[in-house]
Amino acid sequence: MSYATEKLREEKVFKDPVHRYVHVRDRVIWDLIGTKEFQRLRRIKQLGTTYLTFHGAEHSRFAHSLGVYEIVHRIVDDVFKGRTGWDESDRLLSLCAALLHDLGHGPFSHAFEKVFQLDHEQFTQAIILGDTEVNQVLSMVDKDFPTKVAEVIAKTSDKKLVVSLISSQIDADRMDYLLRDAYYTGVSYGHFDIERIMRVMRPTEEQVVFKKSGMHAVEDYIMSRYQMYWQVYFHPVSRSAEVILTKILQRAKVLYENSYEFKHEPTHFLSFFQGKPTLEDYLKLDEAVVLYYFQVWQEEGDAILKDLCYRFLNRHLFKYIEFDPASQYKMFMELIPLFKKAGIDPDYYLVLDSSSDLPYDFYRPGEEGERLPIQLIMPNNDFRELSRESEIVEAISGKRRTDHKLYYPADLLRDESTNQATKRQIKQLLGVAHKY
Amino acid sequence: MLLEHAKVLYAIRSAKEIVGRKKLQKMIYIAKRLSFPYQEKFGFHFYGPYSEELTLQVEELVNLGFLEEVKEKKGGYFQYRYKLTDNGEEFLQMNSLNVDEKLEACLCDMNEQSSRFLELVSTILYFDELPKEEIYEKIAKVKGKQNYTKEEIDEAFEYIASLQAKANV
Repeated sequence: MSYATEKLREEKVFKDPVHRYVHVRDRVIWDLIGTKEFQRLRRIKQLGTTYLTFHGAEHSRFAHSLGVYEIVHRIVDDVFKGRTGWDESDRLLSLCAALLHDLGHGPFSHAFEKVFQLDHEQFTQAIILGDTEVNQVLSMVDKDFPTKVAEVIAKTSDKKLVVSLISSQIDADRMDYLLRDAYYTGVSYGHFDIERIMRVMRPTEEQVVFKKSGMHAVEDYIMSRYQMYWQVYFHPVSRSAEVILTKILQRAKVLYENSYEFKHEPTHFLSFFQGKPTLEDYLKLDEAVVLYYFQVWQEEGDAILKDLCYRFLNRHLFKYIEFDPASQYKMFMELIPLFKKAGIDPDYYLVLDSSSDLPYDFYRPGEEGERLPIQLIMPNNDFRELSRESEIVEAISGKRRTDHKLYYPADLLRDESTNQATKRQIKQLLGVAHKY
Repeated sequence: MLLEHAKVLYAIRSAKEIVGRKKLQKMIYIAKRLSFPYQEKFGFHFYGPYSEELTLQVEELVNLGFLEEVKEKKGGYFQYRYKLTDNGEEFLQMNSLNVDEKLEACLCDMNEQSSRFLELVSTILYFDELPKEEIYEKIAKVKGKQNYTKEEIDEAFEYIASLQAKANV
């Protein structure tokens, strides 16, 4: 028996609140889970700063990755096996890509990527292809196997069906995170009938398609996704924490660039400040490390860094107003000198944050787009794009919703012991004079 | 405010007008790869490197009234033309960008190329960590439907070198 087909003597299971159990029988999968790069995902939260709004949202990328693996495992072994269109030799590739798809995520990825110009997807590739334990395990399958897994995750593989299992408008990644995030945040939306959806999935050369009879379960999934984005992922309070987190990293970087002498040498951040983190540096970072620095930076001499860290750790977040850039951008420009006059640095304390989501998009021939449409397979075996059959999905198809918020430190503006007139002027412009 | 949006406006103003969403995507990706300060994240999609963030910024710029979008029927598909509105000009002036003038020259050069050719150029850049001979194989694999010839790929490599010289990379 080759390593690729080797089975464990007994099936291993992980107890999971979303899928009840995650089942592992393949030696390769078991070995991948045991690598240090995969175990690191235990120390990275799936939802970043959302736990400051929904206190239950402490679940890790480790749990999500196992969940995505379990969904793909059930699809390929229970639904696709033996069906026309499914190549059994792609089984292990699909399982490994599902398990490893988020491997390159770092702590608070969004803020890190923004400030340090990083891309977690590139780190996923680097971990799979580099000198790592994950690479050693994958290479034991076949010397080209790491590259094949990396290509599926990067969507540059010619195995389109496998890619669509992990990355499309209805894929194992999204199905797991919606259910898992709904469970851990405790919200009532976000639930849909995943077992029904899996039962109606069918393999084709280009992508996974869905039997028409399962359309209502797919509709429910699309609506759940829509609700989760606006109720959980784009929650204004989580965004406020994210804004502060981003500004902490930005401030620390600026201080480093200006030769500031940190009381606590930020060893783990140095290569990030210098713009050239190695894979080794990247893998050393997790949330515990980042939060340790935020803790000690509260004792720094720099007032801004100190204040922002205190705000983040103690949840003294910024307040916000709704903001329309088209009609209010001149107001924003007026606020900048007023903030400076009031002694509040607008680079760190006046932040425009935008969120946007396109709940479902259909493919328009000849147009550039990233979204493969969801195809239904009709009783006569024809394919029909989902929004042509579903009025509910049609109603939200191609409609992007964007939301802009302007964040500011209400407490600093409330304190009128200094710069009273200027602060009143700022509050007037923000339309919050009656509040603070 | 909206600094990344302003950089997109700058690119469109530099080119006077950009015809085609695909072309705009590829121009920004190539500019980014030439080390100009575009920060959008790109992944690999149907037509090569593509940024959802950039699509979003363009849609917002249209909604904000800073960009004029003209939709034209072109055979079996729609094509979009983009240029700045007066409000877009004003917004760009308020966001005094400190941009390297070589960017404008590169953007104008790219704007004169076809979107098919820019798709090839950007795809080569996307895989530029591979050895050159493997890039030819990769193009055949991921861009099979486009049927790029060896001559076209050679020409794209030469074009990349000329752009790099123009950008002083």
